[in-house]
Amino acid sequence: MSTQIPEPETEAESEGAESETAPAETLPPAQQARLQRKAEERADREERAREEAEEEASSDENTYHLKVFRYDPEVKGKQEPRFDDFYVPFEKGMTVLDALIHARDTFDSSLTFRHSCRQAICGSDAFFINGSQRLGCKTQLSDLDEPVRVEPLPHAEVRKDLVVDMEHFFDQMESVEPFFQTNDLPDDELEEQRQSPENREKVKMSTRCIWCAACMSSCNIAAGDNEFLGPAAINKAYRFAMDEREGEDLKQHRLNIIEQEHGVWRCQTQFSCTNVCPKDIPLTKHIQELKREAVKSNLKFW
Amino acid sequence: MHEHDVIVVGAGGAGLRAAIAAQEEGADVAIVSKLHPVRSHTGAAEGGINAALRDGDSWEDHAYDTMKGSDYLGDAPVVETLCKQSPKETIQLEHWGMAFSRDEDGRVSQRPFGGLSFPRTTYAGAETGHQLLHTMYEQLVKRGVTVYDEWYVTDLAVTDEERPEDRTCHGVVAYDIKSGELSGFRANDGVILATGGPGQVYDHTTNAVSNTGDGVAMAYRAGVPMEDMEFIQFHPTSLPSTGVLISEGVRGEGGILYNAEGERFMFEYGYASNDGELASRDVVARAELSEVNAGRGIEDEYVHLDMRHLGEDRITDRLENILHLAEDFEGVDGLEEPMPVKPGQHYAMGGIETDENGETCITGLYAAGECACASVHGANRLGGNALPELIVFGKRAGQHAAGRDLGEAQVTTGQQGEYELGEVDTPVEPGAVGATGTGDDAAADGGVRTETGNAAAGDVVERTVEAERERVQALMDRDEGVQHAEIRAAVQQSMTANVNVFREEAGLKQALRDIREARERYQDVFVKDPSRTFNTDLIQTIETRNVLDLAEAITLGALAREEFRGAHWRAEFQERNDDEWLKHTMLSWNDGTPELWYKPVLLEGEEKKYEPKIRSY
Repeated sequence: MSTQIPEPETEAESEGAESETAPAETLPPAQQARLQRKAEERADREERAREEAEEEASSDENTYHLKVFRYDPEVKGKQEPRFDDFYVPFEKGMTVLDALIHARDTFDSSLTFRHSCRQAICGSDAFFINGSQRLGCKTQLSDLDEPVRVEPLPHAEVRKDLVVDMEHFFDQMESVEPFFQTNDLPDDELEEQRQSPENREKVKMSTRCIWCAACMSSCNIAAGDNEFLGPAAINKAYRFAMDEREGEDLKQHRLNIIEQEHGVWRCQTQFSCTNVCPKDIPLTKHIQELKREAVKSNLKFW
Repeated sequence: MHEHDVIVVGAGGAGLRAAIAAQEEGADVAIVSKLHPVRSHTGAAEGGINAALRDGDSWEDHAYDTMKGSDYLGDAPVVETLCKQSPKETIQLEHWGMAFSRDEDGRVSQRPFGGLSFPRTTYAGAETGHQLLHTMYEQLVKRGVTVYDEWYVTDLAVTDEERPEDRTCHGVVAYDIKSGELSGFRANDGVILATGGPGQVYDHTTNAVSNTGDGVAMAYRAGVPMEDMEFIQFHPTSLPSTGVLISEGVRGEGGILYNAEGERFMFEYGYASNDGELASRDVVARAELSEVNAGRGIEDEYVHLDMRHLGEDRITDRLENILHLAEDFEGVDGLEEPMPVKPGQHYAMGGIETDENGETCITGLYAAGECACASVHGANRLGGNALPELIVFGKRAGQHAAGRDLGEAQVTTGQQGEYELGEVDTPVEPGAVGATGTGDDAAADGGVRTETGNAAAGDVVERTVEAERERVQALMDRDEGVQHAEIRAAVQQSMTANVNVFREEAGLKQALRDIREARERYQDVFVKDPSRTFNTDLIQTIETRNVLDLAEAITLGALAREEFRGAHWRAEFQERNDDEWLKHTMLSWNDGTPELWYKPVLLEGEEKKYEPKIRSY
């Protein structure tokens, strides 16, 4: 946020407003007098604030050093992977994504990375930043040691620069029947299926996944077993298995899916996925809960 | 050449709903989208979905609120369609498993929202859009609908008859971002545009970087008029440094706005003496900026939104996402301190002219969602009315494109019903550079249409592919010139400075001059990255041309409309003028020389006529 020094007697520049729009109705005299008093007090305070602001107005001249992974199979000179150095002028609140955008738009328009929403909901910009999987848009530069190393997600095929092939991740996500199934829909199209607030709370965290693949990239098991469903897909299965609206028969069906050879039993509870998840989903816990449910359903006397 | 019955462009809420509906009608559907569906900006919607579900509420009340909110520029048949269908479509989402927040009795929760006479906004925490998007993508996976993701649609394949109303759309041309291949997509039954909003026209926006108005610009250049483009919603609560959205749900749950004096200004200065913070968005945005302009802003820029008094439990239960956003993007703990907020570009009420069935004046071309304008929001959209728009009109467009009869539309499209030509005095020539020239410059901004004749459908697609191939090649062949980022930034800055909440003639004219200059520079635009793999330099260069067209349309409309209505406020005309201006602003590309015209607003609903009243909250 820029600290602007307020100047009295000037019109607002950016809005092109000559005058403030006064409220439509006229105010009673008592209120007008009160507002008048307030305006005088305000003028005093503004004077003081201006003096303080002038003291504070020291612009940040420093730059941040980024080392960014570069590779393009198509372009001579980029076919050998390398790191490029970018020195980006730092502004308060700047994220890794901001810095990458600055580097691309100012220094090298061929610098390539996925990004869209800028607010940690679209899941496009998971990178390997200083050795851990993080969203570029959610990572403050000021929290990082220099030089800031930005690399594509490990354990995924690099297409170009920071862009990796997501197909395998999507395939795993879509292999667990990731859609709601129920046998108890109300006949009335205007009537919802009831769900207790407690049950909604139980599945809430699992529904927050944004498919960014940070967890999959951080998982040692997934790195060694290409068929492992991975934390995100198992979490998706959890989201439905634990939803009371699906009912017991379907829950068993869900457990059968995640019990397969490359399912929950491959997880070795290293917590890597939980540590990197940008949405704070307790992935490891969800996987263990599913293991327990699977055991319970196999040992009917438990 | 790919071939399907229905092609949907875009995979946000409207695109997914359209694809599901068309598929349920038995059509072979494919989605073509520059982003994978779960990356769509619908996922960033926070607040909720308005639906009259409970005793004491009715679709009629919802329609009344929507018409009042629209400042009587919504078309009543469209508004009534939205409000009648929303309950069913909202419950359909629940039946698909969407994780709505729940009341104690297990029903879907509803909360108060701006401009509503009843708490009818259903929600899923403060991440309703995320839940909606993922629920619908799950349904798409279930149905096995074909998705061409990371394919960027660059043009529509449309025949070139003289009158747009006689033209037919046979498909689209798309560029495979992964490989650099251009390909034709032939649609046997219809093309549905669902490409979302144009937020990138501004530099302070809640919108994603991908929201560049591609569908609107492509339809415009193909001959479909843009409707009501001057009506841009500035959301009252975006974070000052980034534009990230803070949901209206905060105010819905009881959040309060304060100025630098600690005054609850919505009441104190009489901006909205009844509804205060829950007045309509246009009213609150103007109030905030009036406070800042009067010297009562904080740091001369923003106001405070305080939710601390709601208590940690309620905030965590219903607004948890807001805590994360305030913390991550502004470094503020919403439980301990008020959040800084200011108006930010959020939504375009205008867009591609359609009727209530999603159809445009070009045969076989449909639009739904934010890119479309039927018009359901008129001059100002109510919070909580965008998500139902996606599902109600996405579904209708999908059904209609796949051949279902939805009955006679009451809204006319194109210059076919009642209309009048308009005039606006501009300081520079708007439209294409060299519109009347020969267009031998392949990078020229769409001034000359592809000569497709009235050839067979496949040939129309092929010729369009060929034309696009030449254009892309020309952009790639240049070794020097201007970079798109410079051009885009100049337009964004001018629009934010001159075509914002408060507008005045001099500023609007300055914006037109700036846009013209950007168009001239765009003639020399070049793509530095030579790669065919993931060439985002090329994609953004093509997007920038769309940003230019939309910026110009918004500004032309704002200059032409000499009154104050909804989100459009003019320094020179601070009154609503129903005698002159109960009409929609229409703008046709007209082969590069934009034509301004007007069509009347439809205030006649099914059982009642909505009489324009003084709008107070």
